[in-house]
Amino acid sequence: MKPPDSYSDYKLEQWIGNLLRIGVFLAAAVVLIGGVMFLAQHGSEHPDYNSFHAQTNAFRSVTGVVKDAAAHDSRGIIQLGLLLLIFTPIARVIFSAMGFAVERDYLYVAITLVVLGVLLYSLLKLS
Amino acid sequence: MIVPLLTLVFGVDIRYAIGASLVSVIATSSGAAAAYVREGYTNIRIGMFLEIATTLGALLGAFLAARISTGAIGIIFGLMLIYSAWLSSRPRPAIPITDTPDPWSERLRLNGSYPQGETLQAYQVHRVPAGFGLMIGAGTLSGLLGIGSGAMKVLAMDQIMKIPFKVSTTTSNFMIGVTAAASAGVYLKRGFIDPGLAMPVMLGVLTGSMLGARVLLKSPTKRLRLVFGLVIVVMGIEMIFNALTGRL
Repeated sequence: MKPPDSYSDYKLEQWIGNLLRIGVFLAAAVVLIGGVMFLAQHGSEHPDYNSFHAQTNAFRSVTGVVKDAAAHDSRGIIQLGLLLLIFTPIARVIFSAMGFAVERDYLYVAITLVVLGVLLYSLLKLS
Repeated sequence: MIVPLLTLVFGVDIRYAIGASLVSVIATSSGAAAAYVREGYTNIRIGMFLEIATTLGALLGAFLAARISTGAIGIIFGLMLIYSAWLSSRPRPAIPITDTPDPWSERLRLNGSYPQGETLQAYQVHRVPAGFGLMIGAGTLSGLLGIGSGAMKVLAMDQIMKIPFKVSTTTSNFMIGVTAAASAGVYLKRGFIDPGLAMPVMLGVLTGSMLGARVLLKSPTKRLRLVFGLVIVVMGIEMIFNALTGRL
């Protein structure tokens, strides 16, 4: 196994940094758009968060959120932004796996894939 | 900070508060990590390896959060607040590095270097299994309470694994987003993440963290830390009190 090359680690770090920045920015922008629409539609209502009633099924799954956002539902658009935010670290993990593969650091490809497995299990299997 | 603020001041149900807090934790940690990673302080190998522990812990924590009572969550939260205030009030003992580096750190290639002035400062990683174990705990707390549990991650890396402070704080921050994303899936399914609440919290915290980074540079840190510590302790006590009297 070839020892990791610090120069390619540097490149990987720059890529990861940019990916995180774009992900957060994109997610915040979508949440903001949804938020403005939400306030326009429901701004005068008084929300009740004092008692817990689980979200409707549409907001609990990835497909449900995408469907609602496509229908221009403001809460759906906010949820879509939140999903983008949750996907940002996941994308970072996928990126790292590819970066380690380029470096031929197969031990770290394996470690990264374990983390990715846990993340996907949480997001897909459980929701 | 977000969960006690929402539950104690605004009377929000702790489950909504946890969901909103988790989302804002992902936002701020990813935003900050972007800068640190590019500057070369973050050790992505240490981060990646320890994320196995924190994500598994986070899954466990999120499962527990959906099963135990809100009162129990409140009590754990209160104790955690008081403990972290105590941790930050105490001066960090500089532990002399006496033992030899862990063979695991060699095998996993965790040793690295970080920029200090013009040169690169090399460092070695110690007691990998103990650090890994504590990370499972940090992940569980993060998943259970919807927090980043950065303090506990830094504790594991700084005090146990003897990673330089700059590297441990930035790597901890790097791991928070992935850890939180692991429990976010469970929270989403359970309906903890309400868009109407998560939206202002996420946008507010993100804006605040960008402004705060500038203000912080001009503030007297010692007095700031003391006031902050006292506020945390009061919140912790109130959280436990409310949980015990069934008001949470």
